[in-house]
Amino acid sequence: MTDIVLDIRNVSKRFGDNLANDDISLSLGKGEIAALLGENGAGKTTLMSILFGHYVPDTGSVSVMGQTLPPGKPRAAIRAGVGMVHQHFSLAPNLTVLENVMTGTESLWSFGSNVSAGRKKLIEISQRFGLKVDPDARLGDLSVGEQQRVEILKALYNDARILVLDEPTAVLTKLEAETLFSTLKDMARQGLSLIFISHKLDEVMATADRIVVLRGGRQVAERKVGDTSKAELAELMVGRKVTRPVREASTPGEVVLEAAGITVRSGGVDRLKAIDFRLRAGEVLGIIGVSGNGQAVLAQLLSGTIGRSAGDLVLFGKGGGDLTVADAVSSGIGRIPEDRNRDGAIGEMAIWENAVLERLPEFSKGGLVDRKAGIAFATRIIEGFDVRGGSPTSRIRLLSGGNMQKLILGRNLIEHPKILLAAQPARGLDEGAVAAVHERILEARKAGTAVLLISEDLDEVMALADRIQAIVGGRLSPSVNAEDVDAQRLGLMMAGEWEGATDAV
Amino acid sequence: MRFERREHRSTLLVIATPILAVIAALAIAGLLIAAAGAPVFEAYWKILTSAFGSRLSATETLTRASPLILTGLAAAVAFRARLWNIGGEGQFYLGAIAAAAASAHLFAGLPSLLQIPLLFVVGAFAGMVLLLIPLWLRLRFSVDEVVTTLLLNFVALLFVSMLIDGVLKDPAAFGWPQSEAVDAAARLPKMLARSRLHIGLGIAVVIAFLIYFVQTRTVFGVQSRAAGLNPSGAVFAGVPLGRTLVIVAMISGGLAGLAGTIEVLGVKGYVTTDLSPGYGYSGIVVAMLANLNPLGVVLAALFTATMFVGADGMSRSMGIPTYIADVTVALSLLSMLVAVFFTQYRIRR
Repeated sequence: MTDIVLDIRNVSKRFGDNLANDDISLSLGKGEIAALLGENGAGKTTLMSILFGHYVPDTGSVSVMGQTLPPGKPRAAIRAGVGMVHQHFSLAPNLTVLENVMTGTESLWSFGSNVSAGRKKLIEISQRFGLKVDPDARLGDLSVGEQQRVEILKALYNDARILVLDEPTAVLTKLEAETLFSTLKDMARQGLSLIFISHKLDEVMATADRIVVLRGGRQVAERKVGDTSKAELAELMVGRKVTRPVREASTPGEVVLEAAGITVRSGGVDRLKAIDFRLRAGEVLGIIGVSGNGQAVLAQLLSGTIGRSAGDLVLFGKGGGDLTVADAVSSGIGRIPEDRNRDGAIGEMAIWENAVLERLPEFSKGGLVDRKAGIAFATRIIEGFDVRGGSPTSRIRLLSGGNMQKLILGRNLIEHPKILLAAQPARGLDEGAVAAVHERILEARKAGTAVLLISEDLDEVMALADRIQAIVGGRLSPSVNAEDVDAQRLGLMMAGEWEGATDAV
Repeated sequence: MRFERREHRSTLLVIATPILAVIAALAIAGLLIAAAGAPVFEAYWKILTSAFGSRLSATETLTRASPLILTGLAAAVAFRARLWNIGGEGQFYLGAIAAAAASAHLFAGLPSLLQIPLLFVVGAFAGMVLLLIPLWLRLRFSVDEVVTTLLLNFVALLFVSMLIDGVLKDPAAFGWPQSEAVDAAARLPKMLARSRLHIGLGIAVVIAFLIYFVQTRTVFGVQSRAAGLNPSGAVFAGVPLGRTLVIVAMISGGLAGLAGTIEVLGVKGYVTTDLSPGYGYSGIVVAMLANLNPLGVVLAALFTATMFVGADGMSRSMGIPTYIADVTVALSLLSMLVAVFFTQYRIRR
């Protein structure tokens, strides 16, 4: 390795009873990409917050280019050339790109703002690293991928030599993620050093030179990319062997849900355009597509939160008017929302209240909530679905993402629904939790539940679905059998190439 | 120094918080009393004795607390569902004038047992209407109700002022702008003879328990809490958002209107433009002090009334400005907000 630019030595940090970082050491060379791999709660973000001066470590030190940084001083870290790209961007949507980038770089006491120099520098950086943006665009008008580019440019504008990216792909589509990786590699070639935090094995293997694995606050391994494999990393990260479950062959039953020519129009735009699909008992139908192509509207339609403008929705052989949430729940449709924090849970309410909120009629008598029955119901879910980290009366916000998702799965699956609508069920979960969620979905399929799986994750859809349809610009392709397609064909379908295809049976 | 969210809140902390906040506020107010040149501990003692030292003062404090409980509940119910009803003052006056007019013209001569409940309904209804207008604007056009409810206070007060100087003016009041007196049968029975204390206090306390029960035990209570905490999560769970907010607005506006009704029927018997020394606005403070808990509202209203009556007496007997009451109540609100923050966050070095 060449010269060391960053040296983290024996850092420990304790929060109450929780040892978030236990004696971790990490060094980074010039032009190197290191990945910090670990499950949620392994201590990755804590370590980076210490590096960036957000937290003061209990013991240990951080030095950049041989100089020890004073603890707890983000400004010193920035000045030493450390740049941070947060998972949740620290940008102002009402300002332009240039204004966002220049914020904090000029003294508050100077009268004028040297905009033209700033613009020149921004354009120069953006050309050098191939990060194309319009300096005068309003940030709020940009896509998430472009906003992230601005966040990176902001760090580079501050002359960062070391760039830390916290779960950079969590908010990106697959295509945007690939662009990002090639940019990162290009930056490393130009002499920048990068650390990126992730729990996704594929991207770590594809991008990093060196991988440091954290588990439970401790550094469990350090590997060169060439010397390891996804299987080994997964085991190191989780601490035991994890295998994603595999779908067994089955024969589907009768059609339980059929959409014929459904159009949903809102804000003057057709969000769904005359879509057709049929869902049969005991099968998983995968709807795949790049985000923003109508998946969210499809999920809302079947969840009962929006109505349709045209077409027929036939549920268990019966048509009818708009599906409401109450109809959906009472007729046995389990619903897993795309965004569990926004739609799936009321963070400040108790776990049991979250468990029964959508089925209050069942858990109340004469308008009074049956608290005892609700708590018993939540206890059954917690036990049956291995939800850890909370009791029925504690607030649901205290659960980790994986455990919250298990609770949401549980409240839907415990009563054996006839249909399960799962929108991005494994998004943002770590490897262990993904396997658990997949297992539950396949179990439900085996028990005869018809599953509609909406996902952007090719691997997930290929592993779980019997049939697959692609959604592009609000249109739905004919279905194909999962056995008959490969990733390449699915990629073409996601790009809208399905001319001449007919429904598979 | 930085703040970290607490994972668990102990019951002890939740109970101790408002008490500590009040102590802190009194301590800071003590500095001001000392600055005004009065002995601090004697002044504290005077506040207490002026508010509760005699039968007269104690009943006066309780009389003051009654409308504060109701306007406090009005704010607490609305805020819980994230409906920012700042219009309690306007709803209070509209409730008062509606009840006074109905008693003088519509229901005059009806027996108390029939007339008083009818007037409660009329007053509450008037308050409801005044809040449903801004709610409709919010649901239909996304107009911020903080602005509309606040501004409607002035509209309502000027409207009342117009009525009591016009069609509802009392001809026997020597030209003073005041409404005709309510029917004698509409006056609320006293809780204690030879005092101003009327049964409004009992009604307010019963309503506080009722609201507590509704919020914690009923389907509507759980749904309105969900709607306030996370609207999109509530919609996903099938909570009818619009309908829930309409019901919340009806309860909130109704309570503020009822507060005005009870005040006019219980204390004065007619409406003037100084019927309320800002009960609608103080209700917001009371609700915040109580951390939006309906039972806490009763205690917070008692505290606020104690401070107002007590500081009044103290300033008279010790010759320091009455503003000390306003300042102390304001300080306790500020320290309460800080204290509530610390029940949710802890300090880390």
